[in-house]
Amino acid sequence: MTNTTGSSSRAEILRRVRQALGTTTATAAPTPEDIARDVPRDYATTHATRTPLQTADLLAEHLADYRAHVHRTDAAGLAATIARLLTERGSRTAVVPAGLPGDWLTDARALDVDVVTDHPGLTPVELDAVDSVVTGCALAIAETGTIVLDASPDQGRRALTLVPDHHICVIRPEQIVESLPQALPRLTPTRPQTWISGPSATSDIELDRVEGVHGPRTLEVVMVASDAQVTDFPG
Amino acid sequence: MNPPSTSQESQTGHGTGVFVGLPSFPVAARESTRDGQLRANLRHATHTIRAKRAVAIGELSDWGELRAAGAAIKDHTLAHLDHYLQQLEQAVTAAGGHVHWAADADEANRIVTDLVHATGETEVVKVKSMATQEIGLNEALAAQGIRAYETDLAELIVQLGDDRPSHILVPAIHKNRAEIRDIFRTQMAAWGRPAPQGLSDEPAALAEAARLHLRQKFLHTKVGISGANFMVADTGTLVVLESEGNGRMCLTLPETLISVVGIEKIVPTFRDLEVFLQTLPRSSTAERMNPYTTMWTGTTDGDGPKTFHLVLLDNGRTDTLADTVGRQALRCIRCSACLNVCPVYERAGGHAYGSAYPGPIGAILTPQLRGTATELDASLPYASSLCGACYDVCPVAIDIPDILVHLRQRVVQGGPVTQAGQRVTIKPARGHTTEHAAIRASRYAMGRPAAWAAAQRLATGTRKLHPRSLPIRTAKAWTDTRTLPQVPDQTFRQWWKQHTKNTNPDPGSTTPGGAR
Ligand code: SF4
Repeated sequence: MTNTTGSSSRAEILRRVRQALGTTTATAAPTPEDIARDVPRDYATTHATRTPLQTADLLAEHLADYRAHVHRTDAAGLAATIARLLTERGSRTAVVPAGLPGDWLTDARALDVDVVTDHPGLTPVELDAVDSVVTGCALAIAETGTIVLDASPDQGRRALTLVPDHHICVIRPEQIVESLPQALPRLTPTRPQTWISGPSATSDIELDRVEGVHGPRTLEVVMVASDAQVTDFPG
Repeated sequence: MNPPSTSQESQTGHGTGVFVGLPSFPVAARESTRDGQLRANLRHATHTIRAKRAVAIGELSDWGELRAAGAAIKDHTLAHLDHYLQQLEQAVTAAGGHVHWAADADEANRIVTDLVHATGETEVVKVKSMATQEIGLNEALAAQGIRAYETDLAELIVQLGDDRPSHILVPAIHKNRAEIRDIFRTQMAAWGRPAPQGLSDEPAALAEAARLHLRQKFLHTKVGISGANFMVADTGTLVVLESEGNGRMCLTLPETLISVVGIEKIVPTFRDLEVFLQTLPRSSTAERMNPYTTMWTGTTDGDGPKTFHLVLLDNGRTDTLADTVGRQALRCIRCSACLNVCPVYERAGGHAYGSAYPGPIGAILTPQLRGTATELDASLPYASSLCGACYDVCPVAIDIPDILVHLRQRVVQGGPVTQAGQRVTIKPARGHTTEHAAIRASRYAMGRPAAWAAAQRLATGTRKLHPRSLPIRTAKAWTDTRTLPQVPDQTFRQWWKQHTKNTNPDPGSTTPGGAR
């Protein structure tokens, strides 16, 4: 049942397209060589040469530019950092995707935060009553200050990171890339994706930027330093 | 949408587009110009956004290359559009989606209405979409007893205020905070959760009121309707860029999602997004990246809507494609940068353009999508002084002035065009009110303060800004008030550099609008 209402229009639109292009038959499928010839891609892959630490710094700076709260720690300090953020927020409940590494929430559980693991029965209305959500991410893009979620087991379905008002997102060091052209080859297009660059915002009222309309109004990003960087960022 | 008539002389000059009965551009523009609030807000908005935009673009040393790649990707896609449409259809279907084809607005509205009826629902949530506005979907749904809730803050303001959008990016820019508070106070209750007691006119408080009002809708409404910024042919992936999160809500929480998308929104491969996801946010909201982008491919078990319908919309796009000069307009990624640099838009306001598409892009797109049979649509190509600032900022390098001149020729000379897929020859507008509307529009556009008028004559020597030929009568009417602009050898940028040498040696690649 792909198409019931528009089947004659399908033929008509394709006919119109071909007529507009000056042909009556289907145009040949372009080969990758055709595309390469037609499209000059002499734009930059990245816009600067940076060390991994510089890239991490740039990401932190750009995330903060768009009002995300950035926290930096090392692997050993991660659980404590998450627990601290939940406490400071006053969260009583937190939801996590089924594939979140078990030890991330150890400290939070000890603090009496009610941690719920996502399951298909959890409705949007129920999610609306949860204080916080904690997830990982697929990757992060330094040049644009962007976190990409792709619904992997440590991130969960899209509704999970949408309905609660407080999102804590953990970025591991190997997940940071410089730029868009570096990011896309690492993603699977057909996975549902949410790209996040700061909390939701609007400038619709007299161009005054207001953070937080419908998505989580508070975005806290926890950047985990690589072992090499641990000395720079003690937990 | 195009009237069947092949003769402009037989037209009565009344609008037949989405907004029936709108006055022609110069009349509407004159009214807007008198509205001090609208003018002041628009001026503030356009100047703020374009200054920020220049900074965002200045961060990318390869802006020119990205712009060229974006234009080339779009041109390549258009040259193989039949192939990519079928490839997209196959990919979306394979991923569990349903694809529908709509030749015109009526058909698209009928398809969507039937799909909503089939769910048994009478309410839908919508994320801002120019395509659905173009076809008048909300009105069509309302006529069938279906209530469509706009969920963008600005669109909500516009809908609650029973108004029309005035800017692509900030559609409620013609309203100030006190007016918005009053609209919320008086109108929200009729649509759902009322505004909180004692609502102030602080933007944060107004945004909070919108959040509370709309959350109930998001959590309980079973059908969502959207457009899309991009459709990836080889994977079937749709992409929506937004700021507020209402898009994520509409695309994620409903059980059924219906997306109405113009056939020109295709890109061949996922990789092509690396160009547009760099150029669109910076060019549009002047951000490195917009807060939220959602990508989905058909349906995914346990994540998002269970049913997905894609309605592919022609509605004049193939007619536009048939015009070898005008087809460039189909590259447009709706960033609104051309609005923000346009001195005519700034003065006239978005409503004067009489369609979903205001500003320079509206002046070239509407007369192609709808034809030039009505007085309003025929006057649109004249709603410009041909200063070229729109071309300079356009992230897909659409030569808007060239298309404007081309469309002016079509209006005054007639000639072969394609209407609803049929090749026809339209007659010149000679002796008709259309011609006078056009002349009034051009006079309006050209009637500039002296300093600006000096700049706008110097647009460029490479583009064919100079009307190649004008019928005697029209040319005379033009010259009644002003001599035809002489196009110099010098480009606009060269002129800018010369005239700003002492204060600002380099305007950056995209700030010609500073030449006011
Ligand atoms: S014509 Fe160009 S500048 Fe104007 S909205 Fe379209 S893409 Fe943007």
